[in-house]
Amino acid sequence: MSNPQQLRYSKEHEWLSGAEDGVSTVGITEHAANALGDVVFVQLPEVGDAVTAGETCGELESTKSVSDLYSPVSGEIAEVNEDVVNDPSLVNSAPFEGGWLFKVRITDEPADLLSADEYTAFTAG
Amino acid sequence: MSSTEPRRTALDATHRALGATMTDFAGWDMPLRYGSEREEHVAVRTRAGLFDLSHMGEITVTGPQAAELLNFALVGNIGTVKPGRARYTMICREDGGILDDLIVYRLDDTAYMVVANASNAQVVLDALTRRAAGFDAEVRDDRDAYALLAVQGPESPGILASLTDADLDGLKYYAGLPGTVAGVPALIARTGYTGEDGFELFVKPEHAVELWQALTKAGEGAGLVPCGLSCRDTLRLEAGMPLYGNELSTALTPFDAGLGRVVKFEKEGDFVGRAALTEAAERAASEPPRVLVGLVAEGRRVPRSGYPVVAGGEVIGEVTSGAPSPTLGKPIAMAYVDAAHAAPGTEGVGVDIRGSHEPYEVVALPFYKRQK
Repeated sequence: MSNPQQLRYSKEHEWLSGAEDGVSTVGITEHAANALGDVVFVQLPEVGDAVTAGETCGELESTKSVSDLYSPVSGEIAEVNEDVVNDPSLVNSAPFEGGWLFKVRITDEPADLLSADEYTAFTAG
Repeated sequence: MSSTEPRRTALDATHRALGATMTDFAGWDMPLRYGSEREEHVAVRTRAGLFDLSHMGEITVTGPQAAELLNFALVGNIGTVKPGRARYTMICREDGGILDDLIVYRLDDTAYMVVANASNAQVVLDALTRRAAGFDAEVRDDRDAYALLAVQGPESPGILASLTDADLDGLKYYAGLPGTVAGVPALIARTGYTGEDGFELFVKPEHAVELWQALTKAGEGAGLVPCGLSCRDTLRLEAGMPLYGNELSTALTPFDAGLGRVVKFEKEGDFVGRAALTEAAERAASEPPRVLVGLVAEGRRVPRSGYPVVAGGEVIGEVTSGAPSPTLGKPIAMAYVDAAHAAPGTEGVGVDIRGSHEPYEVVALPFYKRQK
């Protein structure tokens, strides 16, 4: 699997797009989606919610388990992906595209986000 | 045997070549899924699936008093099982607690194969060996003598028929006969743990890869796919089948688990647990403890093993198994609940899912029954 070069990554396996007008898109990586198995339920934050880098802001249920969803940055939720709420399998089939989870207006981001190559090395270890 | 390395089945390289996600299960490295576990589940319900179940524990009991030994050691009436047939049964402690649930195949007049769960195989082997004292019978550890492949799903009879001359039409549910499949000697059993028609094939480990490949090829046109333990769990849950460690434990008798029918008091002679189980049967009839029920979600959050079942703000039970059901399209669970809340349709029952009480409907088990 390949992690898109233009994205940055958290060690909790979220990806973060480059900001457009101060807003970035967040999803979970293909590595994380594969580890979860079929995602059947996604609980996302609500538009306007404040999220904090490294803290939980939702959950992902798969056949075998439930996992917390972490925000890779701090900010305010600008939009959530209703398509993925209605069809959680998008997280598995298109984790970097149609399976995106939310958009966040960034107020602060941690210094330790990873590049694609760093994240690939992180998950290989 | 002090190694902590997981054990690998004869099909290990095959699973890896197929890209399986592997998982540790009872000390074995087993395929969890090959791709999507939901697609594997649907394949078994609608077409066919191929499983490696070589972690299951086979124990052979032979000798003139093999039947007498099993009647003493197990709760079922094994003496009435005819050669070529199989029986679902349990092995209990003296206090009635369940050590394991088992399938016993009668191979011939004086030989039986006991199949135990991987997690309990050693316990069952030890108990049978101990209980064999005084009987003219031999208990043999055959865990390494067999690989076990299962073909499950409505297309499985056709797939298997293309590889064997054995009389599959004459092979009833819970029967087993020796035969040859794809040139490989096998015990062909019409058993399974999916709620579908299907077969379990006990073969020598050195024949496992050859048989797997032949079944894969024979099943190609019918849509057979390799299936992992993840879908096996959701398949058995929909079928309302208990899993040791979830619905069954040493803390429960078969009566507590709603499976008192496996205990045969009418059989001849004493058996381990008889006195305690007699009391358990009376207790279950007069003042039933918690009852095993089905729960179906109204929402989409999934109950997991150990989550409290609640009603009117009180804890009235506990979930033993839960998963999103691919067939029903919503989360389901098995749970032990107080008898007062166990009737199907009972109002106001919920599951405490990480602090929030989600409404659930109490239903009779199983959740799914195949059309025959």
